Amino acid sequence: MLLSMNWIQDFVDLSGLDLDQLIHKFTLGTAEVEEVYHIGADLKDVVVAQVIACEPHPNSNKLHLLQVDAGDGVYQVVCGAPNVSVGIKVPFVKEGGHAGGMDIGARPIAGVESHGMCCGEDEILVSDDHSGLMILPEDTPIGMDIKDLYEIEDTVFEVDNKSLTNRPDLWGHYGIAREFAALSGRELKPFETVSAEQFKDLPQVKVEIENKEHCLRYSCMAIENVTESVSPVNMRIRLYRCGMRAINLLADLTNYIMLELGQPMHAFDYKRVSEIEVGNMPEAFTFETLDGKERTIQPETLMIKSKGVPVAVAGIMGGYESEIVDDTNSFLLESANFDAVSVRKSSIAIGLRTDASMRYEKTLDPELTVPAIERYLYLLTQIDPGVKVISSLSEQYVKHYPEITITFDKPYVDRYTGIEISNERIEKTLKSLGFGLSREDDVFTVKVPSWRATKDISIKADIIEEITRIYGYDNFEVKTATSAIAPMQQDPRHELTTKLKDMLADHFGAHEVHTYIWNDAKRLKDIGLEAEGCLRLANSVSPDIELIRSQMVPTLLTVVDRNRTYGPRFNIFEMGSVVPRLKEDGLADEHKMLGVVFYGRKSEEMLLFFQAKVLLESIGQIIHNKSVAYQAVTKPLSWMHPYNSYQILRDGEPVGVMGVVHPKVMDKIDKKGAAVAIELDMGTLSQADIVLPTFKEPSRFPSISNDLSFIVPAETTYSTFNKMVDGLDLQDLEKVELVDIYQDPTWTDKKSVTLRFTFTSMERTLEAAEVAEAMDKLIEAGKAIGAEVKM
Amino acid sequence: MLNIEELSRRFREELAAAQETEELEKVRIAYLGKKGSVTELLKGLKNLNGDEKREAGQRINTFKQEVQAFIQKRSAELEAARQEARLKNDPRYDISMPVDLGQGTLHPITLVQRELEEIFKSMGFTIEDYKEIVTEYECFEAVNIPKYHPARDMQDTYYLENGQVLKTHTSAAQNAILRKYGANTRAIFPGRCFRNEALDASHENTFFQMEGIMVGEDISISNLIYFMKTMLSEVFGKPITVRLRPGFFPFVEPGFELDIQCHVCGGTGCPTCKQSGWIELCPCGMIHPNVLEMAGIDSEKYSGFAFGLGLTRLAMMKYGIKDIRMLNSGSLKALEQFKVR
Repeated sequence: MLLSMNWIQDFVDLSGLDLDQLIHKFTLGTAEVEEVYHIGADLKDVVVAQVIACEPHPNSNKLHLLQVDAGDGVYQVVCGAPNVSVGIKVPFVKEGGHAGGMDIGARPIAGVESHGMCCGEDEILVSDDHSGLMILPEDTPIGMDIKDLYEIEDTVFEVDNKSLTNRPDLWGHYGIAREFAALSGRELKPFETVSAEQFKDLPQVKVEIENKEHCLRYSCMAIENVTESVSPVNMRIRLYRCGMRAINLLADLTNYIMLELGQPMHAFDYKRVSEIEVGNMPEAFTFETLDGKERTIQPETLMIKSKGVPVAVAGIMGGYESEIVDDTNSFLLESANFDAVSVRKSSIAIGLRTDASMRYEKTLDPELTVPAIERYLYLLTQIDPGVKVISSLSEQYVKHYPEITITFDKPYVDRYTGIEISNERIEKTLKSLGFGLSREDDVFTVKVPSWRATKDISIKADIIEEITRIYGYDNFEVKTATSAIAPMQQDPRHELTTKLKDMLADHFGAHEVHTYIWNDAKRLKDIGLEAEGCLRLANSVSPDIELIRSQMVPTLLTVVDRNRTYGPRFNIFEMGSVVPRLKEDGLADEHKMLGVVFYGRKSEEMLLFFQAKVLLESIGQIIHNKSVAYQAVTKPLSWMHPYNSYQILRDGEPVGVMGVVHPKVMDKIDKKGAAVAIELDMGTLSQADIVLPTFKEPSRFPSISNDLSFIVPAETTYSTFNKMVDGLDLQDLEKVELVDIYQDPTWTDKKSVTLRFTFTSMERTLEAAEVAEAMDKLIEAGKAIGAEVKM
Repeated sequence: MLNIEELSRRFREELAAAQETEELEKVRIAYLGKKGSVTELLKGLKNLNGDEKREAGQRINTFKQEVQAFIQKRSAELEAARQEARLKNDPRYDISMPVDLGQGTLHPITLVQRELEEIFKSMGFTIEDYKEIVTEYECFEAVNIPKYHPARDMQDTYYLENGQVLKTHTSAAQNAILRKYGANTRAIFPGRCFRNEALDASHENTFFQMEGIMVGEDISISNLIYFMKTMLSEVFGKPITVRLRPGFFPFVEPGFELDIQCHVCGGTGCPTCKQSGWIELCPCGMIHPNVLEMAGIDSEKYSGFAFGLGLTRLAMMKYGIKDIRMLNSGSLKALEQFKVR
């Protein structure tokens, strides 16, 4: 929102103060100022001048040669404006002056010397009108500086609208002026109006509120005998500087008051609108708004109607049919208050956001409607003294906001602020902001002004903000908290996340990636997978990205696919959320998962598989000191190799899955590639107990190691040997290690597994015979599992 | 005893001729061995008497010491030469050869998040991950955002078919965390947030924030300013000047926008701070009494402050990332660069 310091100073005397500094204070105390413009500061030597002669330019059809009387002399000027004629008075830049962004000097134009320039409105910053010269009133004194004639110079600043969302009172200059008064310690001037009371005996305009939920108040008044149609220049300048376009006097005044008070108004042609109903239409219909656009209006949208005919979209925009035109001489002035949510919804539904709807959305003070009409009358009668009010102030006041009174005490302020602000200062601040206030010692009772009471201020903490922002946060003495230090427990899942990320990056060379929480159906399709999940976004921009993922691996495989050109081998991981199912109450059963993909060449698939196992064992042993178990999956997931995939168990509890990625998926990514993926539930995993190592003193006696080779059927798993050894319960057997697995090229269905058995006693040096006896048992056990055993 | 001089001359010749350790050993044996020339000379002493014997003994011993010293010196020389020759033959390694670190990387968001977590841990804060899918109550009502508030519009919030939402801000965790830890809480909760908006170089629908709260008895605005200043000075690794402006957020009262004096130009104005000298960094404020009450905390007795940091924005600032879309792209060419922790 653009704000004019000239306008603000109508309501508060800021003379002698540095305006730029005040605006900075406004940023720190009220709302963020994004930009400050010093308009007209560089305009120089522009005076009122009269055209006393006008002849065609000897070398041009479009240009004229003028003699211009600027008071201190007559100048020859070349002028290209189409509306030039003898006798008119115009703004004139003298030689050495500055206007329209140019330094003006004597220079030849089309071969004839020109000494100065006659100006249009845009050049002296009155408006953006560039169509011709600005023709000044006939009685304007020649030679007068244009800055003395009009409010050319101004400091205009722009406030970020978003920072005013919660302050309905700041959507007009008067409310802003109140802030400046409080920030500068100056007095806010009363708002000059004409009392509507004097017209109370005139006939009423019929106002009927059909929808009492969405219309809080509707006030109006009928006026006739309007003769002026153009707004005064200074008014036009202010409208222009604040980003509005001047249209005609009656419409301009509604905008002007909206910019002053924040209260939107509308003027209807009285010939068309002489009665008011506020309500909804039974069905959707087409309505032409005053911008000339046909719009479809839904029955939910609140309308202003006259004798059943819709004439305006309530709080948003008037209708084309009933708009004020230049020859309108009687009108009905509306000043109303509509429900904020309803206006916002309608505005979204129609796709039209206006200066009026923007303000209504902020929950305006319904007390403003009458002062706005009274201000309108005040300004209109000054400009057009012949106007005649033909109705009393007619209105329906449906909903009053309750009056809010808040009680608080000084110790509360002290505790909440942490600094000392005196009672007197609190009192002065709140009064300057319009609060009613009484105090008994340290206890304050404040009445919230109506313009702050619609939603903005309701509790003690709100009052603290008022006191402290005017006090200035820069003036705060800052102190550390005195509350007792107590240790905070840490979240085990978060701690595990940190450890695993480090482990993956440092020991497995894996890169952490981030992907989206939803499936990307297109990318999945590229690698032959379908989006899987049970929960959809209700308002996704595309059906391809609306299903929340139920697992991590498919998404990570799309990342592998997109990095194909990155290199022949790489590992990636992500900690992310998935929703595998809904809970009984219908809420998402969200799980935080670790997904990992090891990617490499087809020939390295086994290495990848065991690299994945190393990771799982690392988590088991390094993090929890407890090994994990594996169980072949019974229902392989879509991405899994059906025979090389396993469920991972911790203490019998499933914590995740690992598996070779299905070759049909790899064919899509890279026919020569292979991948092994892991998905672990961080929640379940972080609940696992951490087992501390129970220390065992190493034996002081020497160990004896012996190797045995077992020739077994090729499909025999390593776990067969574990079981075999466990079954013997050999005393002094310290460890069993895999030395080698050998498959002779001539063998088709068998392999040789060489194991090294190490024996150590805690008490003594073992005898060779004892070990030999144990070895014999192992050989026998080997035969029992169908192996041919060789020493 | 002329033969000693003769012997000495011969010894020097032979010594000079010995180029290998083995040859030197032969020379040593020839002079100092059991049957060596020097030993023989000493044996010959027994045939002499008195002064003659003493004089000859001295001369022979002097010569023996001379021989020993020369052999030792020569031996050291030969050993050094041998070592030198071996070193010369050893392979030379090319330090300019490329090596593979085999090192993975953490996501830049993780890196920045870690840094902040360390700072907060050192100040006694706990760290909580929170859900990404939350109820409307958690996301809005519980943090004082009423129904029909513009923040709840469909165009900003991802709604799910079961009525839940993808959390639009980390504040959605406030209620649960306040309930979990109670009236004396220091917690940060980094997390992924979602807004339904079109992607471009500076807008993502999926981004990271980090929120922090500190609740206790007598926590004041003055404490909040102190804390933010201290915390941000740690984050930026140098003293930071902050300023507070009123800012409206439904879950705090009073609410602030916190600006830091531009860390690039020091406040004189530059492109980073758009010539203003200040950078808007994080929203913060005193936790709204309604929010405390909704979490079962007595707002008359306890107060607290909350603040939000844009992790994604901090990461982009820190690493000079220009296009936000890189962060969720999964592009390893981009991500592999973040090796340094």
